[in-house]
Amino acid sequence: MALKTEEMVLNMGPQHPSTHGVLRLELVIEGEIIKNVTPHIGYLHRCFEKHCEVMTYPQIIPYTDRMDYLASMCNEFGYVVAVERLMGIEVPERVEYIRVIMAELQRIASHLVAIGTYGADIGAFTPFLFCFRDREKILNLFEITCGARLLYNYIWIGGVMHDLHPDFIRLTKEFIKEFRPNLKELNDLLTFNQIFIDRTANVGILPAETAINYGITGPNLRASGVNWDLRINDPYSIYDRFDFKIPVGKGENGTVGDCWNRYYMRILEMEESLKIVEQAINQIPDGDVSSAIPKRVKPPAGQIYSRVENPRGELGYFIVSDGSVNPTRIKVRAPSFVNMVVFGELCKGHMVADVVAILGSIDIVLGEIDR
Amino acid sequence: MKNPEEIFEILKAKFNEVIIELISDKPTESFITVAPLEIDKVCLYLRDKEGLNFKSLMNLSGVDDANGEKIKDENDNEIIQGGTLSVFYHLESIDLKHKVTLKVSTDRENPEVASVEEIWRAADWHEREAYDMFGIKFLNHHNLIRILMPYDWEGGYPLRKDYQNPEFYKGMKVPY
Amino acid sequence: MGLLDKQFTDDNIIITKVEDLLNWARLSSLWQMGFGLACCAIEMMATSASHYDFDRFGVIPRPSPRQSDVIIISGTVTFKMAIRIKRLYEQMPDHKYVISMGSCSNCGGPYWEHGYHVLKGVDRVIPVDVYVPGCPPRPEALLEGLLKLQEKIRNETLVSKTA
Ligand code: SF4
Repeated sequence: MALKTEEMVLNMGPQHPSTHGVLRLELVIEGEIIKNVTPHIGYLHRCFEKHCEVMTYPQIIPYTDRMDYLASMCNEFGYVVAVERLMGIEVPERVEYIRVIMAELQRIASHLVAIGTYGADIGAFTPFLFCFRDREKILNLFEITCGARLLYNYIWIGGVMHDLHPDFIRLTKEFIKEFRPNLKELNDLLTFNQIFIDRTANVGILPAETAINYGITGPNLRASGVNWDLRINDPYSIYDRFDFKIPVGKGENGTVGDCWNRYYMRILEMEESLKIVEQAINQIPDGDVSSAIPKRVKPPAGQIYSRVENPRGELGYFIVSDGSVNPTRIKVRAPSFVNMVVFGELCKGHMVADVVAILGSIDIVLGEIDR
Repeated sequence: MKNPEEIFEILKAKFNEVIIELISDKPTESFITVAPLEIDKVCLYLRDKEGLNFKSLMNLSGVDDANGEKIKDENDNEIIQGGTLSVFYHLESIDLKHKVTLKVSTDRENPEVASVEEIWRAADWHEREAYDMFGIKFLNHHNLIRILMPYDWEGGYPLRKDYQNPEFYKGMKVPY
Repeated sequence: MGLLDKQFTDDNIIITKVEDLLNWARLSSLWQMGFGLACCAIEMMATSASHYDFDRFGVIPRPSPRQSDVIIISGTVTFKMAIRIKRLYEQMPDHKYVISMGSCSNCGGPYWEHGYHVLKGVDRVIPVDVYVPGCPPRPEALLEGLLKLQEKIRNETLVSKTA
């Protein structure tokens, strides 16, 4: 007599240690094999877009911090770039450099969390402690700059809050010197660890064609072998002055576009970011940081879509202005929100345990998905 | 690489009636207005036509134009009657490196737009969000349900300009 | 070694109150429910990672509510989540404590006025023992909140849960 089998629905989340926040996944499984995944989001919907409509333009900056809370500097950066484009503001050279330094340090910090928690998710707890140790040093740099550890409100429309601390350049140089060997250590510990590779290579393969159709951006797209980075392909600020490479997935272990590749992109990007920071602190000119801050932020009526490269992908701000002091509508194209759509597709046919590996490799932040 | 004027010409020649106008005055980025129920055909053409290749949808966003008539209801709350809701589509071609923005406007009382979810899977959640926030119905979307708000939310569509908070949700007080 | 084993090897006795013994046991191993909501959760993670080391106060994250003594509500509570938080709280075994971390869970934080989907304070659904202010609170602030909770537990009596 044949055994009677049936499909089972398994709920994962919203409270689950490896869903990176409050995400609920509804898994339809047959034995250990995933048949279907439905993500349910919105458990952190904090009404960002409604707040935008009642706040003035500068007041919105702290709220942008709270979307992707692992990359606050980058969020602010994207927002002020959008408003500046709409108003046609030219910002001083020094401000541009400060912004780039902050954004790249933030990218490293964000990737460190991504890597650390990814390790922890699939059972390697030590890298988590290593990553947080290094991240703490970056947070100290931010703290001497603007006094906050996580949510900064530092980059303002037309400038930055105030100038760098006199020690900042020295401390950053020290950090870079310390961090390079640590990165190598991290590689030995996790990246090229055979257990880790076995667990992540050839899992959750995302072909380039699918990735583009799903609108995937950032390291996830590059891991699929598409050379696309807004810092190069649609340059904003002063990224065209620096010499850095865009890492693209090659499938050193396994297939192009698998979890390991997505993970590895982040390691490589940290190295490139270090290069940018190094160049920027060597070139940074003296000057004023607040001369271009407008007294009244009142963009002309119109609409603009402006985007920057966040650690998680393309962060776009679509701003509709009616010429008053608060915007009519701001829509945020959050990278994690779009990257998450493909998740169900990636999981099909894999084991339940792989769900965690795939989710961690996409690196989502719920604050940004739900806004 | 093509600029919006050239794309507009191509589309106008192909779809005539459906393509309404090209608006391009600074600082507004230029955008092309399209009829709401034909947007899927236009998008499919834009994606597959040689030389246009708009393989990716960067963003899709609903907007409440709030251009209707403002009246007071019995509780003295301002509500908007008539007017339009709009949807903006930001398309991009990764290989040809050009961009275009499309806009459709639809009636506020019965907002219906053709879905582009089949064309770019990226549109799936964006459309659900626009439905959740503005109540815009995307025809032929395979799963048009609320996405951010609770599935049983009865307070209406929060990003509409005349949205009023309900007093309670499941016994929890909503206002401060 | 320590005071305790010396006392026991010499056949000594300790005289204490049952209350004190129970309280001491409770406050020294507060197992925390590993559960993050929003930006504050990142600071909570930083608190339990290297550098701040939550472990030295006996706080270990447990993935299940049934094994934990304290729940740290770290972040914005939305209506969709509030129902779940209530359920999780009910699943915890008794002598359970709640730390509300950050302005959001204290009172709605930056979203108090226009947040149509934000619960304005987690104390509207579950009772809170310690409020930690800040947006986000620094890890030191969370540690201080934990010390306050321990103080509170130290003064508990058998008759009333929280003194
Ligand atoms: S209190 Fe501040 S940091 Fe904490 S969850 Fe709320 S917004 Fe985020």
